[in-house]
Amino acid sequence: MIVKLIDYLRDRLKTVIRICYGVLALLVLYDIFFVDKHSAHLAIEKVPGFWAIFGFIACVLIIILSKWYGHVKWFGSDFRVMSPEDFYDD
Amino acid sequence: MTEFIHPGFVLIFGALLLPFAMGPLRKPYIMLVPILAFMSVLNMQHGTYGVVNFMDWELTFGRVDALSQVFGYIMTLMCIIGSMYGLHVKDPKEHMAAWMYVGGSLGVIYCADYITLFIFWELMAFTSVFLVWFRKRKESLPTGFRYLLVHTAGGLILLAGFVLRYKATGALDFNLLDVDHPALYTYLIMVGFILNAAVPPFHAWLPDAYGEATVSGAVFMCAFTTKTAVYALARGLAGLDILIVLGVIMALYGVVYAVLENDSRRLLAYHIISQVGYMVAGVGIGTQMAINGACAHAFAHILYKGLLFMGCGSVLYMTGKSKFSELGGLYKKMPWAFVFTLIGGLSISAFPLFSGFVSKSMIVFAGAEQHLYWASFLLTLASAGTFLHTGLKVPYFIWFGKNNCSKETWEKAADPPWNMMVAMAVASFLCIFIGSYTPYLYKMLPYQNEAADYALHVYSSYHVSESLQILLFTALGFFLLIKKLAPEPTISIDMDWFYRIGGRGFFWLARKPIQTFDTWFSEVYRTVGLHPLMTTSKFWSWFDWHGIDGVVDGLARFVRSLGTKLRTVQDGRLQHNIYYAVAIVAVLIVTYVYG
Repeated sequence: MIVKLIDYLRDRLKTVIRICYGVLALLVLYDIFFVDKHSAHLAIEKVPGFWAIFGFIACVLIIILSKWYGHVKWFGSDFRVMSPEDFYDD
Repeated sequence: MTEFIHPGFVLIFGALLLPFAMGPLRKPYIMLVPILAFMSVLNMQHGTYGVVNFMDWELTFGRVDALSQVFGYIMTLMCIIGSMYGLHVKDPKEHMAAWMYVGGSLGVIYCADYITLFIFWELMAFTSVFLVWFRKRKESLPTGFRYLLVHTAGGLILLAGFVLRYKATGALDFNLLDVDHPALYTYLIMVGFILNAAVPPFHAWLPDAYGEATVSGAVFMCAFTTKTAVYALARGLAGLDILIVLGVIMALYGVVYAVLENDSRRLLAYHIISQVGYMVAGVGIGTQMAINGACAHAFAHILYKGLLFMGCGSVLYMTGKSKFSELGGLYKKMPWAFVFTLIGGLSISAFPLFSGFVSKSMIVFAGAEQHLYWASFLLTLASAGTFLHTGLKVPYFIWFGKNNCSKETWEKAADPPWNMMVAMAVASFLCIFIGSYTPYLYKMLPYQNEAADYALHVYSSYHVSESLQILLFTALGFFLLIKKLAPEPTISIDMDWFYRIGGRGFFWLARKPIQTFDTWFSEVYRTVGLHPLMTTSKFWSWFDWHGIDGVVDGLARFVRSLGTKLRTVQDGRLQHNIYYAVAIVAVLIVTYVYG
């Protein structure tokens, strides 16, 4: 049952992706026109679609900064945080 | 029936009797004991029970109030689910270790003095380590020893803290410390607690041990040690400002390492650090709303993190693999494991109608109420990372994505045995139930007025819209950058480097000079001592054998044996050293107090 549903969606991947973009757009529109923002703590939260921008930037920042942290050579040596799996082996 | 039966003792005695429940009795017994413990929690009335006078001290085993009840409830409930999940495990020792470990947690939760706390605190470490050792891989043994070593060190710092406090104030009671005027002992107690809560830089034991634990052992471990520490912090150090900073650092640190991680269970372990960061920050904020939030989040976290470890554990159990670079595309083979793991992922990511939504936001809200906007924003940032990994990366790279399975892995993959499925189904149900019907959890929280206030806010259109935007646009970022997130077969070097490589350096220093000295001495002995003398006369020969050999070679032997001793320290006799270290420091501290 679950497998059939997943396969059904995967066969129509393009449509699914379009629907997802549609949902994202609707969500932002809903936020702009219908949400009561009086309980927001800061003025910046009242920017239209603020949390959508926040979520997207947060995601991109987390991926890029973390990967940089993992791959960069530290202290000019060959040491990287992401090391071969046998790093601790004798 | 008496009003108070200690659920911890139910589990500990239950564990001791477990080997006698054989054959067809074994499985019903494994379910019965945790259920009895849970019932003893349900049956409790608020009050103080089990007060014992021991030497000059008054030990309290049963302090039942709202704070201890919410933790006691969820821990015994999780013990039922975990026991169900491990029902197929043949070796009774694994259940025994798990139950004693939970017993230790419950002992900490219901005690009201530091001596009782310390005994149960150590019991937790010394029983849970077996859940690592029972994996029986080559790495399990050293991993277990590292785990034990770190926890023993933390236990000693805690011991030093409360003994110093006893000397300064004469009090051993386990209640809120004077956090506005922290003394040295306050910080020592804090370090003891936060080591168990896995606060950086004292956190590396957690991914190290939880990634290596047995399949069902990890389900227990992920629930109890850190959340018991959160309870201890909430009880003893609520409102200590530094905890806010530490909590926020934790929340982000776990996210960064989760990006880099290739092993699914280690990724989940890093997300424990991240999630416990919310609770530690909540305790640091210290208002009634924040403490409610920390308790609620611990409650929800125990269930969804257990569920996630069960989901990834079932993949490991069936295929023998837990690394993303060796998995992928499994939805056809393990659809139910996927659905349950996804529910866990949506819960930890705080999707509306799932448990994290009603708990995590309470802490963020409490921070904003206190105008700690930087903390609230950074915690919200971390929650984007949570969805990115646990909600998206884990399900995607195990059940979809590129199929990295070997032929053997693919053939072995299938949904796990019925008991694992039932355990995951129960946990999934509870995750959704908590998220959808808020009074269930909110009625248990220690501060009822704040909980009622927040219940009005949690499903407001603003909060729902805010959360959905953050989550869905995080998902957008994930799918746009998915190539960057492809699994890499690496390990991430963390703070354990210091005691893994640093420790080796210490032993090298200790061993190398002694060995050099040893070799040098033998050399001198051979050339100066033995060779010329043997050729001169019988007397000198006799003198050599009875004099020099006795003294010099004896010395050399002594030095060599010392070298061997140091080597064995490194190899396997570590448990003795740990016991000695504990004993010596304990004696020193007691002498210091009474001297």
